[in-house]
Amino acid sequence: MISRLARWIDDRIGGSAFAESALSKVFPDHWSFMLGEIALYSFVVLVVTGVFLTFFFDPSVAETTYQGGYDPLRGETMSEAYRSVVELSFDVRAGLVMRQAHHWAAFTMIGSLVLHLLRVFFTGAFRRPREINWLVGVTLLILALANGFTGYSLPDDLLSGMGLRIMYSLVLSVPVIGTWVAFLLFGGEFPDQEIIPRLFVIHIMIVPAAIAVLIAVHLALIWHQKHTDYAGRDRRESNVVGPKLWPTYASFSLALFFAVFAVVVTMGGLVQVNPVWLYGPFRPSEVGPPSQPDWFVGWLEGALRIFPPWEIRAFGYEIPNPFYPGVLVPTVIFGGLYLWPFLEARFTGDRGPHHLLDRARDHPVRTAFGVTALSFVVLLQVAASNDLLAHGFDASVATITWIFRIVVPVVPPLLGWFTYRLMTALRASGAERFAEMPLRAVMRPAGDAEALASVGAEPAAVAGPTTDGAELTVYAAADGRWRWRYRDPADDIELDSNTSYVTEQLAAADARKAYPETPLVRNR
Amino acid sequence: MNRGRGLILAAFGASMAASIGVTVVYALGGQPQIEGVLLGVALGGIAVGLVLFGHRVLPGGHFVQARDVVPPTTQRPEVAASFEEGAEPIERRRLIATAFAGSVALLGAAAVFPIRSLGTRPGRQLDHTSWRRGLRAVTNAGRPLRVDGLDPDSVVTVFPEGHEGSADSQTLLIRLPGGITPPGPRDWTVNGVVAFSKICTHAGCPVGLYQTDTQELFCPCHQSTFSVPEGARPTFGPATRPLPQLPIGLDDDGFIIALSDYTEPVGPGFWNRP
Repeated sequence: MISRLARWIDDRIGGSAFAESALSKVFPDHWSFMLGEIALYSFVVLVVTGVFLTFFFDPSVAETTYQGGYDPLRGETMSEAYRSVVELSFDVRAGLVMRQAHHWAAFTMIGSLVLHLLRVFFTGAFRRPREINWLVGVTLLILALANGFTGYSLPDDLLSGMGLRIMYSLVLSVPVIGTWVAFLLFGGEFPDQEIIPRLFVIHIMIVPAAIAVLIAVHLALIWHQKHTDYAGRDRRESNVVGPKLWPTYASFSLALFFAVFAVVVTMGGLVQVNPVWLYGPFRPSEVGPPSQPDWFVGWLEGALRIFPPWEIRAFGYEIPNPFYPGVLVPTVIFGGLYLWPFLEARFTGDRGPHHLLDRARDHPVRTAFGVTALSFVVLLQVAASNDLLAHGFDASVATITWIFRIVVPVVPPLLGWFTYRLMTALRASGAERFAEMPLRAVMRPAGDAEALASVGAEPAAVAGPTTDGAELTVYAAADGRWRWRYRDPADDIELDSNTSYVTEQLAAADARKAYPETPLVRNR
Repeated sequence: MNRGRGLILAAFGASMAASIGVTVVYALGGQPQIEGVLLGVALGGIAVGLVLFGHRVLPGGHFVQARDVVPPTTQRPEVAASFEEGAEPIERRRLIATAFAGSVALLGAAAVFPIRSLGTRPGRQLDHTSWRRGLRAVTNAGRPLRVDGLDPDSVVTVFPEGHEGSADSQTLLIRLPGGITPPGPRDWTVNGVVAFSKICTHAGCPVGLYQTDTQELFCPCHQSTFSVPEGARPTFGPATRPLPQLPIGLDDDGFIIALSDYTEPVGPGFWNRP
């Protein structure tokens, strides 16, 4: 049946050559390579659950009176948008599960995107030839954050309305063009009738379409360039080692999709998220109790909270306070992310292609920089809970805020410096694992041979492919086609070529390409 | 192999049972928690089944595939030649090429203008609110207020009469306790009652919390704090400017009215704020 269908298609559009290479394509497997996949599958879940939600959500701020099944709100005046979300949650069967699963999937997507970005950064996977995919990936993160924020704002509840008000103020704070941009985006002075319908179009059409296109580009580039891999005895810049797409990798990847969906839906059923009915409808002059935004904008909120009361005013113009923490900080962070591969190449002079990943210690400056930036964002994220911390520690909000005003600029560089010392010491000590490194090595000047000798460590051997005893063979398979095999008896590694070849010469050529320095034994 | 097969079948079986369960729960009226758990089992069962299948039944082991360290660039000269061959006649007709580029650029510029329709012209909209001389300060429900209708040391959110709920006009009426001199010009206050904009000058949240022991207004968003006796001067947090004060007086019936609009823009700062 499948073969008949395949033949039917191949007769019309061809593609059997591509299908053959696709089925036998090798994918390196490591748990950290699943993070991007989790983000991808979260997006699929978001589309599936989101389409369901669009059938019930009404993106209108027209006033209405709630008459639904949730008693505390009955008889209240609210927007159609808010009413439809409350109704979806209480009066539509399976509506709440779908809505909450959608919200949890957004968290999963953004969370796994951030972890994926960290993995790619700290392993140097963004280096040539993958700079383009790094740019695509950073853009995907920005788009995911944007869609998280717009989606969070759609229900027109009190909490998200306040978030929108703050966002309006941030846009307004941009020098020269801020007022115009804010009026064009929001339709006029806040709160304008236009904003909810506009957010809806942005949230369900414009951004998801951009995300879908960029995911396609991202995957196509991964496919075309082949995945990076961690170093290993059998790994080279010139090869890929792992299971074949069909059937092993496909079955695991499909399992991951179902697992992501399962977790998100279970959370959607069991763990309440964004209970808009408790916040009440948005009214511009009302505020709820001190409350937190969704976590993925927490770092921005934290920056706004702890930034000192500074602003610039000169010649009758001003750059108001929220601009610096709310616009400048994210611009610098994402600008730095976009530029990083090019800055690193410029400062290290390393412009060569890389397919094997770095360990954190291989590039102490990069690792230290990453730790600095990461701890800066994490501390801002914690600062967004300054009121909760004040409550928890029985201190005044002012005290906690002052602590963050000092900690946020001071601690990340210190952590970065410490990381640099740790990484250089780790690299010089030659310890295979972090735990095996003598602690005193960290305290000594990095790379100082004498100091290292004094703690009983040896400088790391120059890393390079080990060929001792390994050999390549080319052999005729049962079907008369040719295959090749890499054998490393010392490490008990035996790898077959993922595909077969028409001639012995072609098989030998590919074997030499994959392991240029390993001797080839022609026939067995 | 057999134990593996049994587990795999059990996982898929659990999934099927849960799917049937979801259908039953849905038909009986639905229940979010049970729906979530059953859908989780239905999807998770497939995930577990596939993982076990991949590990225990499918052929394991790794394969190796050669890769190009740098992509082959053998075709590059041909590409350059093809492009230049095609570009040559265009280059010889400079004027036409320029005219084409010009029309595309102008079309692009013209296409930008509809964006202007997305919003009203800012003009000086942000400088003004709906307050006018003589407008009564009323609650959100439209009730006008007298001084003796305000509890001492309390705040009430008011709007200009006829503009109840107006976002930029929201104002706090505060009756200060005796002994505290009201801030601002003398004729902007009435019998110890002062009026300040409720919109935080930092990021625009309503400054909703009033601390009676210190007569401070507190913004729940970013914790800017404003001291009312000192003219709503910011004493903590990111806000840099005081909350603007609304001049108030009494009309002939003894109700609180505005004496004018705010004399400066309310809310967060912007580039050309006067």
